Amino acid sequence: MFRFLVQRLLGAALILFVVFTVTFFLFFAMPDDPARLSCGKTCTPETLALIRRDLGLDASVPMQYWHYIVGVFAGRDFGSSHCSAPCLGYSFVNHEPVLDTLLDRFPATLSLALGASVIFLGGGIMIGMLAALRRGTWLDKSTMAFSLIGASVTIQFLGVIARYVLVDELRWLPKPEYLPFTDDPGGWTGGLLLPWLTLACVQAAVYARLTRASMIDALGEDHVRTVRAKGLTSRQVYFKHAWRGAITPVVTVYGIELGVLLGGAVVTETTFNIPGIGKLAVNAVANSDLPMITGVVLIAATAMVLANVAVDAVYAVIDPRVRV
Amino acid sequence: MTPPLLAVRDLRVRFATEGGVVKAVDGVSFDVERGRTLGIVGESGSGKSVTNLTLLGLHNPARTTIEGSAVLDGTELVGAPERTLRDLRGQRVSMVFQDPLTALSPYFTVGAQIVETYRRHTGAGRREAKARAVEMLDRVGIPQPERRAREYPHQFSGGMRQRAMIAMALVCDPDLLIADEPTTALDVTVQAQILDLLAELQEQLGTAIILVTHDLGVVADVADDVLVMYAGRAVEFGPVAEVLDTPRHPYTRGLLASVPRLSDALDRPLQPVPGSPPSLLDPPSGCAFHPRCAHAVDGPEAPCRTVLPLLTRAQAASGGSGHAAACHLEAAPGTAAPTDLQGATP
Ligand SMILES: Nc1ncnc2c1ncn2[C@@H]1O[C@H](COP(=O)(O)OP(=O)(O)OP(=O)(O)O)[C@@H](O)[C@H]1O
Ligand code: SF4
Ligand SMILES: [Mg+2]
Repeated sequence: MFRFLVQRLLGAALILFVVFTVTFFLFFAMPDDPARLSCGKTCTPETLALIRRDLGLDASVPMQYWHYIVGVFAGRDFGSSHCSAPCLGYSFVNHEPVLDTLLDRFPATLSLALGASVIFLGGGIMIGMLAALRRGTWLDKSTMAFSLIGASVTIQFLGVIARYVLVDELRWLPKPEYLPFTDDPGGWTGGLLLPWLTLACVQAAVYARLTRASMIDALGEDHVRTVRAKGLTSRQVYFKHAWRGAITPVVTVYGIELGVLLGGAVVTETTFNIPGIGKLAVNAVANSDLPMITGVVLIAATAMVLANVAVDAVYAVIDPRVRV
Repeated sequence: MTPPLLAVRDLRVRFATEGGVVKAVDGVSFDVERGRTLGIVGESGSGKSVTNLTLLGLHNPARTTIEGSAVLDGTELVGAPERTLRDLRGQRVSMVFQDPLTALSPYFTVGAQIVETYRRHTGAGRREAKARAVEMLDRVGIPQPERRAREYPHQFSGGMRQRAMIAMALVCDPDLLIADEPTTALDVTVQAQILDLLAELQEQLGTAIILVTHDLGVVADVADDVLVMYAGRAVEFGPVAEVLDTPRHPYTRGLLASVPRLSDALDRPLQPVPGSPPSLLDPPSGCAFHPRCAHAVDGPEAPCRTVLPLLTRAQAASGGSGHAAACHLEAAPGTAAPTDLQGATP
């Protein structure tokens, strides 16, 4: 198990390195000159040269790549200021260190992703299991019909409607906003309830359908027939044996989902004005803030890769055949 | 005569499918005596597995209609409440499946799976059940049973897996073991070992066995009685020696002719029964075998095409040994009388 995890982590590091490199060179394929963008309207050749030097753009591309790597592992100097490791550079727009901004925004994204995950995984899996066990009954048919609707509405649409009805009209839920958990746990929960529910509603539908389908497959497996032939009760058959086969596809899909969500739930964050990575990315792209874009890509890739490692670890816990 | 352990009478199993109603089992009768082995043979799709799964009540009740009777030691299995069947499964009747790799759960250790069965039916403690599991693994010839009990099925070889499956099936000392092609998925060399093991355990434990197989050679070696199935019906039933030596049904004769014998010249071609099994959605009228039967009496009004033959004993010939065949040639007036083994009504 230990060897397995080490292997996966090494693989993950390699992937991250590749993503990192690609992102870096994409940076130079961009049509805009970052120094010029940073220089502003009243730009003299002298300032431009100065900025180039400050941003480290006067060196050759391989040298810059080297500087970037050194920056990440050992820190580097930009003009007069020192950026300590891991250094991802400075925003062209507000000249803040990219890393600080990312770290500042990440908790909001993490809060949104994890809270919604709890709701949609719990709800989706439960509904899917029930539908599979009561296959063909009205319960199955109605939940699946609802989940079809749930899976086809968009977050913007659902978010706006839900906000109008549940917050503005009925006043059942507080106004959606992000307050750091450490400042105000109650406000954190309250402010995120509507974003969580909206995101979870759309996702739960997907997981309900997925769980139902894979549970039905699992119930048809040979070894499940064997445990029935052993005289186990339906409850034991379903919840001790069949679910293990059924949960694997759910874990796979969730692993991808989690990586995406941690890279910023763009639509949800913009819909509810949550200051997370997703919103940051949108703004960075709008402003051609290249260091920030690079930083967001890196953090999204890291999230993706780590989620993958986590999924592999979960596989190994569920299925002994995966352990090496 | 003591009543048989299992008496199946006129069993019928139909599945509702999208294509229509499949008559998978259509009036099958047979007995299994205590401590004896019944071999069931027949082509693929003849209803062997369906018959056995019916005995354990393992079909999806929503799509399945079951009629007839199957009495196990005084308990009627057909239509019995799920609770009764559940208590029976694994304890009084247990099952060994074809492919032990897929039939054992990949998620639990072999020991845990045996323990689970034992505790389900005996309420034994963890420790006691564990000891019992190790004992059973030892009994089926698995070396280092204590260590192997802690391993997962994928760490076992095919033959060892099937041994473990047998250990699990016998852990509660059942009266009847149903083995549905237990050696088909295994290497030829291992097949004989598994069959020997079954015979040995039967001798020690007195378990009755239903052994489903495609291999008449296996039947000749291991079975006491044999049931030949065709298109969901029993076409011949009787003691192994008699059925194999003096087969009465043309289909059985065909099957026997298709078995290569050691005495045959090597270049003698194998003779499978010509033709292919009928559709169970719309089986042929009369004797379901008539489109393939060389002895079928011709003509549109001939009994082979219009009248379902009964499974009758030719008592004069066999001295009441229980050898019976469902063929009109058998039931010719004066030579045979229908008995309690009547398989079907026309
Ligand atoms: N659950 C089911 N629903 C519908 N049809 C079924 C079902 N189970 C079996 N059948 C059909 O019933 C027939 C008999 O199947 P069965 O599995 O008993 O054959 P078999 O004699 O065991 O064959 P084999 O030697 O290949 O194992 C087949 O035509 C099969 O397609
Ligand atoms: S009843 Fe007729 S068709 Fe059927 S096996 Fe006998 S002879 Fe052949
Ligand atoms: Mg079969």
